Amino acid sequence: MSADPAVLPLTERDVLRALDAVIDPELDEPITDLGFVRSVRFTEQGLEVHLRLPTSFCAPNFAYLMASDAKDVLAALPLSGTVVVELDDHHDSEIINRGLAADAGYRGTFRHEAESDLDELRAIFQRKAHTAAMERALTAMLRSRPDLEEQDVADVRLGDLADDEAKAALVRRRATLGLSLDDSAPVLVDDHGVPHPAASAALALRRARSTRISIDGNAHFCRGLLATRYPGSESDQAPRAEETFFPLSTLRSTARSAVETPRKSVA
Amino acid sequence: MYSQDGESFFIVDAHVALWDARPENQRNIHGKQFIDCFYDYHANLSPESQKWSYEEYLYQGGERLMKDLFTDGYVDHAIFQPAKLGEFYHNGFGQTEEAWALTQANPDKLTYNHNFDPRLGEAGLDQLRADAERFDLKGVKLYTAEWNGDSRGWKLDDPWAYRYFELCQELGIRNIHVHKGPTIRPLDRDAFDVADVDHAATDFTDLNFVVEHVGLPRLEDFCWIATQEPNVHGGLAVAMPFIHTRPRYFAQIIGELIYWIGEDRIQFSSDYALWTPRWLIEAFVNFQIPEDMTEYAPITMDQKRKILGLNAAKMYDIPVPAELQLPNADETATGSRQPERADLAAV
Repeated sequence: MSADPAVLPLTERDVLRALDAVIDPELDEPITDLGFVRSVRFTEQGLEVHLRLPTSFCAPNFAYLMASDAKDVLAALPLSGTVVVELDDHHDSEIINRGLAADAGYRGTFRHEAESDLDELRAIFQRKAHTAAMERALTAMLRSRPDLEEQDVADVRLGDLADDEAKAALVRRRATLGLSLDDSAPVLVDDHGVPHPAASAALALRRARSTRISIDGNAHFCRGLLATRYPGSESDQAPRAEETFFPLSTLRSTARSAVETPRKSVA
Repeated sequence: MYSQDGESFFIVDAHVALWDARPENQRNIHGKQFIDCFYDYHANLSPESQKWSYEEYLYQGGERLMKDLFTDGYVDHAIFQPAKLGEFYHNGFGQTEEAWALTQANPDKLTYNHNFDPRLGEAGLDQLRADAERFDLKGVKLYTAEWNGDSRGWKLDDPWAYRYFELCQELGIRNIHVHKGPTIRPLDRDAFDVADVDHAATDFTDLNFVVEHVGLPRLEDFCWIATQEPNVHGGLAVAMPFIHTRPRYFAQIIGELIYWIGEDRIQFSSDYALWTPRWLIEAFVNFQIPEDMTEYAPITMDQKRKILGLNAAKMYDIPVPAELQLPNADETATGSRQPERADLAAV
């Protein structure tokens, strides 16, 4: 089959921009920013893209999710010929690449190791991504508003947040979870959009902070390991904003005054 | 013993290994991939002056281990936590006979923990009985991502795992070190999920569950479980070297741990031979939470003493010189530790 003359030839850049839509669910970042795209090559048969990960033992379910998402976005490009996506140097490369080539789907790829699907796994990390984005936005607000106490975040509405990248990121993640995007919607909410009352707001923020620290820490660790494993790959990585990594610098320990009654154990 | 500026520290390295990953012991490509992954951890997180060559890294032997831990490394007592990895290495990854011989030759310096695999069923239970007697086991190291035939992992709340924990109770094996690995069946779930630790810790309250890597990459889930279960502890394997490459991230990890689970349940380890203890101990004694991170209290010398050795010594009944002992913190058994830093009363 010959190429459709009406379609302009795609460039490597087009391919990478399409792959921007593929997110590492654990790190909540595009695989392009993480340096996970190893190569983009146009062949006589079509397009061949190779992916790489920080270790051979990265969780195979996430590896598969990213590779199959990559194939999906590339298959949607105006491109004649076949799309080949391969994951290099992983302990499950053979299984995953065979499954991708056959479009076997998750269960077809992992057979007895798969039970139903990866939807819940993906959902868990979408919820964590929201929690972390919420903490970033609220902590940024606490820093910029010295008059606020930590528990005051319970009253913060979407419309109160500054129009910055932290808010935009939060709004995107709320949209993913199907939470309200209205200016009057409370920001400090659980995974279902239920707000935390003022009395437990400081604790809810603290828990959200541990989630955010975990994700940020993993993102830095994975970038470092990728650069160690594939020397030179650091130049393919977009730096993760240090601002979000150390956002607590001016945060005061505001919750001290909040305690008046003895604590009970956490239910 | 480590001393600096008149301050002394009793050191227990709670997670060390004597491994053999040389090509002749590698069973297949995964044996190479596994040690390559470890070496990348080592190379990525070590100070330049502490980096080993790849060849050195494949195998150290007992003499080198004794030098790195006890001659150069300030360690008073170390605990072997061997991973078997029988599908990757002919004679296993952790070298049982060599480590046990070393332990017998240095009983005041070394404790040998062994491992079990609940997928081995009744035969594995018999083996655990024999191992407990032979090694006088006080603890076991469980790697939940161990491959076994078609299976690439298991969970602590599997029915067969419970049979093994019951036997641990009977045999006096009280300390269960858990290393959450990245592949588990079915793959539908988060392989690093620590929820099974929660179930097992709730059902076996007389066993201690030491979660290695403090649950990383799921620090938040670990903190939340550990704050509710008084028998869940955090091992600092893999987290320690961040003190060099990412000191502010390390500060956040330590700050979160002290906040959520308290100073009495955190254990230092070098994770030897992933890293060596000397530089980690020196760095930790000199470490402080940055002043601008006001959400965390500064870490005290006594908290460092507990983390560097006293907590693990208590768990393993390792004698500590009287002048270096410390009482437990007067803290709640559950709930976060620094009540002035968040209001838990309303939850």
